Amino acid sequence: MATEEHSEGLVFHPMDQFIVKPLFGEGAVGMMTPTNVTLWMALTVLAIAALFVFGTRGRAIVPSRMQSVAELAYGFIHKMVEDVAGKDALKFFPYIFTVFCFIVFSNFLGLLPKAFTTTSHIAVTAILAMAVFLTVTIVGFVKNGAGFLSLFWVSSAPLPLRPVLALIEVISYFVRPVSHSIRLAGNMMAGHAVIKVFAAFAPLVLMSGIGLAVTPLSIIAITAMYGLEILVAFIQAYVFTILTCVYLKDALHPHH
Amino acid sequence: MEGDIVQMGAYIGAGLACMGMGGAAMGVGNVAGNFLAGALRNPSAAAGQTATLFIGIAFAEALGIFSFLVALLLMFAV
Repeated sequence: MATEEHSEGLVFHPMDQFIVKPLFGEGAVGMMTPTNVTLWMALTVLAIAALFVFGTRGRAIVPSRMQSVAELAYGFIHKMVEDVAGKDALKFFPYIFTVFCFIVFSNFLGLLPKAFTTTSHIAVTAILAMAVFLTVTIVGFVKNGAGFLSLFWVSSAPLPLRPVLALIEVISYFVRPVSHSIRLAGNMMAGHAVIKVFAAFAPLVLMSGIGLAVTPLSIIAITAMYGLEILVAFIQAYVFTILTCVYLKDALHPHH
Repeated sequence: MEGDIVQMGAYIGAGLACMGMGGAAMGVGNVAGNFLAGALRNPSAAAGQTATLFIGIAFAEALGIFSFLVALLLMFAV
């Protein structure tokens, strides 16, 4: 696939950036091989730890810039959990905040040139989404017992419609982890691929005659896409977190 | 001409899957437009509904992402 594209003139294939490579040397990627995914996940964790360890070390009454950022992030997610999922969901706040921090930091670190976006791989986001799905299902059954199944039995609908609605609700419940993970991975992957497509255009057209007109345009397009990607990186982390809160609310209060 | 007819079908299918993008665009535009119409009528209630706005956009957008997924599967997995 990729080799065909190379011979036709693109300088690099836009999907090349998503290849998982071993960090040291060449060879097959095994279960325990340190890869570029490992490296960027470790950097994500280090960045989060640095923000919250150094940010909260001073505990000043007038916060420093770093402390402000840490407090702002904490307060933002705390308020979201409380508003969307209710007060009794606050004991899941550490989990939700961890998920949010991981996604938002790996999205932003992935925007650095030459970086690897860990959240652009469905394998990574599927694990995050499955963890949320399993947590929500288990919490729902532990909290409500068999009453959790009333989530699928819409008691406000007319009686003949209820079996049909129950079927639809069951299907939509099991599609949740799929859409939850693919939304994040798809958004990150699509945005990065678009940037690389424009980046491949810029030197390509310089070689031909019309390059002088098209190269500046594609560089402007890269800049604009970067601005959009910064927005998308935050919004997708926000959406992932808020959907986790919505699912958690369903588990804690399943009655429609 | 090289390649086989299966590959041609996969490429055509991947291109057709891009039409899903239009549907997602209409859905997201509908959500955002209706939110704005409601928000301008009652600006004081708008701030409390931004979370609902993003949930609505996320649900509408997910189906567009599914068509992107179909295109990716046809290009790289079939």
